[in-house]
Amino acid sequence: MSNQAQIDSMTDTMSAFVALVGKKLPDDVEAKLAELRAKETSRLATTIYDTMAENQALAMKLNRPCCQDTGVLQFWIKCGTQFPLMAQLEQILTDAVLRATVNAPLRHNSVETFDEYNTGKNIGKGTPTLFWDIVPDSDQCEIYTYMAGGGCTLPGKAMVLMPGAGYEGVTQFVLDVMTSYGLNACPPLLVGVGVATSVETAALLSKKALMRPIGSHNSNERAAKMEQLLEDGINSIGLGPQGMSGAFSVMGVNIENTARHPSTIGVAVNVGCWSHRRGHIIFDKDMNYTITTHAEVQL
Amino acid sequence: MSEKRILTTPIKSEDLENIQVGDIIYLNGYIVTCRDVAHRRLIEGHRALPVDLNGIAIFHAGPIVRDLGNDKFEMISVGPTTSMRMEKFEKEFVEQTGVKIIVGKGGMGPNTEAACKGQKAIHCVFPAGCAVLAATEVEEIERAEWRDLGMPETLWVCRVKEFGPLIVSIDTSGRNMFEENKVVFNQRKEKAIADICKEVSFIK
Repeated sequence: MSNQAQIDSMTDTMSAFVALVGKKLPDDVEAKLAELRAKETSRLATTIYDTMAENQALAMKLNRPCCQDTGVLQFWIKCGTQFPLMAQLEQILTDAVLRATVNAPLRHNSVETFDEYNTGKNIGKGTPTLFWDIVPDSDQCEIYTYMAGGGCTLPGKAMVLMPGAGYEGVTQFVLDVMTSYGLNACPPLLVGVGVATSVETAALLSKKALMRPIGSHNSNERAAKMEQLLEDGINSIGLGPQGMSGAFSVMGVNIENTARHPSTIGVAVNVGCWSHRRGHIIFDKDMNYTITTHAEVQL
Repeated sequence: MSEKRILTTPIKSEDLENIQVGDIIYLNGYIVTCRDVAHRRLIEGHRALPVDLNGIAIFHAGPIVRDLGNDKFEMISVGPTTSMRMEKFEKEFVEQTGVKIIVGKGGMGPNTEAACKGQKAIHCVFPAGCAVLAATEVEEIERAEWRDLGMPETLWVCRVKEFGPLIVSIDTSGRNMFEENKVVFNQRKEKAIADICKEVSFIK
């Protein structure tokens, strides 16, 4: 394939993939929602879960985005240094978003700041947003596509604690968000927590944590334990679907961490709503692709 | 499961008397999308609304609508937006319009509680993120008013059939489900924090 043919192929694939992610939830989210539905007993909670399931089925049937707020597109990239289109990737993803905006269709969600106008294309300064990890000696490219609406973006919060606050302070910080903004962010939520040095390192990790599958655990034993403690703790609050009360609150808690400065603990929270529209796709050097998040789908 | 409880517009005060927070209802008849600027125009700008809302419902929502030409429209996607943004205006809005059902997302505050109690109205939540379902429950968009506000803010007059589920969050006695839940949630949160903190003393 010529370089241009490769670019066209990848743009086609990513445009269709963005539309898919806006319409169908990933398998782990679908399974978790079904599990939580089965565990609820109140008519209020089960009615809401059944309504969600009905909506997802209709979105597929009518080929429409499942939620009207299709977010600002984010791409989390792990790109091999030998991947042939590394230099063209930003343009490819921008073109893919533009095309999906018309075809899916996606809501116009890119407002230029200060000039304060909606570009009407989902493309603006810094949007769609690309986050890069470079992988040496690899010729493939992994992309997590993510669209979060305004509702579940709003609770995002980061701060730097003094070490004296400890992991007890991290706990307080996370749970306070749950009963304030988390309530209106369309539970059951997927909660991402970043623990690092400063606001920007913690914030980045907290969003990256939302790319991890539900039910996966941090490789550090204590961090994994804290994931479970937070999940059980937040569930015990009983926010229920839509924050209207129920037996559970969250789909899971994922923590990502780095080392920290001895004098600080940076902590951040990001949440994904129940309509957690995340997709993972891997391209090889010939632009053949594998989708890991959505089994049995055709683009 | 019991039968669907369906209200039909025009709605009278007595139709809402026995409805309580947590109840699930459905709506037949008319609901009009009405959000930030429409509230502001009526309350702050003292401009008469172009739609008579007396006895019908409003929806805090900004939809995706397809223009079919000749003043015909198709509802593609319509989900609730955060109701709290309208709290500042809602008491006077209900008093001036006679609207009976307010549909949105999340809770509202003391102004709306007072309006619901005083004017015999209710606030309901349509499950958010279910915008395709809501769109299919719109039989027809009969009118579109104040189109100068753009697609999200236009007053779309929708004729709906079994529109719901609508979960009642403020009832005509002024009870507020979200506020009541918050008290319980915060109590449980404090206990959860205390329990977790016993096990995370990693800095020694």
